[in-house]
Amino acid sequence: MNDTMKPTSRAAASTSSPRRRFLKDAAGVAGGAGLLALGAGMYARQASALPATAIRPPGALAEAAFLAACVRCGLCVRDCPYDTLRLAELGDGVATGTPYFLARDIPCEMCEDIPCVVACPSGALDRALTDIGEARMGLAVLIDQENCLNFLGLRCDVCYRVCPVIDKAITLERMHNPRSDRHAMLLPTVHSEHCTGCGKCEKSCVLPGESAIKVLPIKLAQGSKAEHYMRGWEEKDAAGESLIGEQLELPVRGLEDKAYGDTRVRPGEGPQAPPAVPDYAPARPPGGGLDSGWKP
Amino acid sequence: MNAQTTTGQATGTRPERKVPPTSVRGAAMRGVVARPGHEAIEAKGWLRAHKWLLLRRTSQFGILALFLVGPWFGWWIVKGNLSSSLTLGLLPLTDPFLIAQQLAAGQWPYREVLLGGGIVLAFYLLLGGRLFCSWVCPVNLVTDAAAWLRRRLGLKGGKAPAANTRHWLLGFVLVIAAVTGSLAWEWVNPVSMLHRGLIFGFGLAWGIVGGIFLYDLLIAPRGWCGHLCPQGAFYALLGRASLLKVSADKRRDCNDCMDCFAVCPEPQVIRPALKGVGQDHPLILDAECTTCGRCVDVCGKDVFRITTRFNRSES
Ligand code: SF4
Ligand code: SF4
Ligand code: SF4
Ligand code: SF4
Ligand code: SF4
Repeated sequence: MNDTMKPTSRAAASTSSPRRRFLKDAAGVAGGAGLLALGAGMYARQASALPATAIRPPGALAEAAFLAACVRCGLCVRDCPYDTLRLAELGDGVATGTPYFLARDIPCEMCEDIPCVVACPSGALDRALTDIGEARMGLAVLIDQENCLNFLGLRCDVCYRVCPVIDKAITLERMHNPRSDRHAMLLPTVHSEHCTGCGKCEKSCVLPGESAIKVLPIKLAQGSKAEHYMRGWEEKDAAGESLIGEQLELPVRGLEDKAYGDTRVRPGEGPQAPPAVPDYAPARPPGGGLDSGWKP
Repeated sequence: MNAQTTTGQATGTRPERKVPPTSVRGAAMRGVVARPGHEAIEAKGWLRAHKWLLLRRTSQFGILALFLVGPWFGWWIVKGNLSSSLTLGLLPLTDPFLIAQQLAAGQWPYREVLLGGGIVLAFYLLLGGRLFCSWVCPVNLVTDAAAWLRRRLGLKGGKAPAANTRHWLLGFVLVIAAVTGSLAWEWVNPVSMLHRGLIFGFGLAWGIVGGIFLYDLLIAPRGWCGHLCPQGAFYALLGRASLLKVSADKRRDCNDCMDCFAVCPEPQVIRPALKGVGQDHPLILDAECTTCGRCVDVCGKDVFRITTRFNRSES
């Protein structure tokens, strides 16, 4: 009320220590309000763990910063031409009102002009992202090797073929098929360096229900790097030469004529029999193109 | 509010002191449920006795409609929601309450949001902070409905928390934003949630809105908007020096029917102006007044009108 109010009969009749009463009131009110706000805060805390299938739009800041920046206006949702994005509703498990998409429903089509980022007024979607190929919404992981048809030895390849960054983000790696012992398996393999997390692969996986390949938030999809482990081949590339000098090649008995490190034993080969093929080189498919030659 | 004749200087000479039978005071004397505003309808006709209410509902539903014709019919006049929007692809508007939380959370937003927030801020600073409450906010429809039903059913009593709880809550909202580094309040804020829900889909948000309705109806009269809502408290702060004010300029004609007190969402703001308690001019300067104009409507004696803060005249 107006603080210039004259003492009325009501005020005069009340307690003789207005200050104490005020303090008591204020404590009660503050306590109540604090509890309410704390509840909201704790709910927010708990709900800020993003469910694994909820993927943020391209250019989204790291989750913590995103939750401070996004004003929940839905302008990104409106400007997405494919209706990929949606705003989380209370109970979705994603912070209410923030945008996300489920790749298995509608993946991101990787628009060249990235309209969602352009539309965002708050900076929650970073406009520094101008090349959609640089987006890292998540990372695809071939999560179910037991049901993926290619792992079963078939040639499905669908996830590989739909990838907008085909042959870079996802490749088919040729492996020996131990089951038939005479066929190859072409294993879809995702490379974090190029995968944008658009989810096209997850969307189009041919399995009837859940997809065998899934886009996950990067935090879930990737382990942290073992900093103490030097990758010799990378160091060698960086330095232009081996860091530990040329290696002495010790002959292995019976394998004398093979390339260093090639310890494969072919039928009829071995210490007992003389080497059948003097110049052995691993066979490669003529003009294959599928196998990127990627090494772990 | 208890009926009492006060000692204000406006009590001087009054032409008519007969209390109308359907008014709050008259009904209380007869022990029946009051129909505040009935007297005004008889005196001024239904339309004039609902003028500001109708204008206000038009404004509230009109704004909502502007947001809804986009998703419903594909006419994209306004995109977004009350939190932040873009009109005709040109005019950005952002809720300054959100920007306050953003800044508290340590996030400096892009220019559009700041610009949009500035425009909205200037509007409410200039015209009246809680105009947002009575002319824009969708929750107002819910709490007004609860208050109406409460009056209609003659529900009495109930316990509302202290009216300044909202200021504490406003403080805590900002503190929580700073502590969690996120817009924590926006997870549960019924104001943005209801508006967003209507446009983008509800989920369980119905629960919160329904909760507010029941809380206002059964537990605390005017509990949410009048005591708890930190967003209303924020806008009240903006309205400290704003232009549009309600004036009880014909307070000499007041016949103490108490109808204005019954319909006012912040009844405590009326007394200083109407009864001249602690002030001599008839302006309602309290920033908690939402400038809804309902008191203007329901007064059979036409005591109130909406004017500017500079008009201290009395007639
Ligand atoms: S890049 Fe295109 S498809 Fe992907 S979320 Fe943005 S607007 Fe939608
Ligand atoms: S446009 Fe930006 S601020 Fe608005 S909902 Fe999308 S990410 Fe959030
Ligand atoms: S998510 Fe799948 S389709 Fe998209 S870039 Fe990554 S591997 Fe390719
Ligand atoms: S689409 Fe599915 S089943 Fe086919 S190869 Fe890819 S992950 Fe395997
Ligand atoms: S007090 Fe809050 S909920 Fe009520 S009308 Fe104002 S902003 Fe809306």
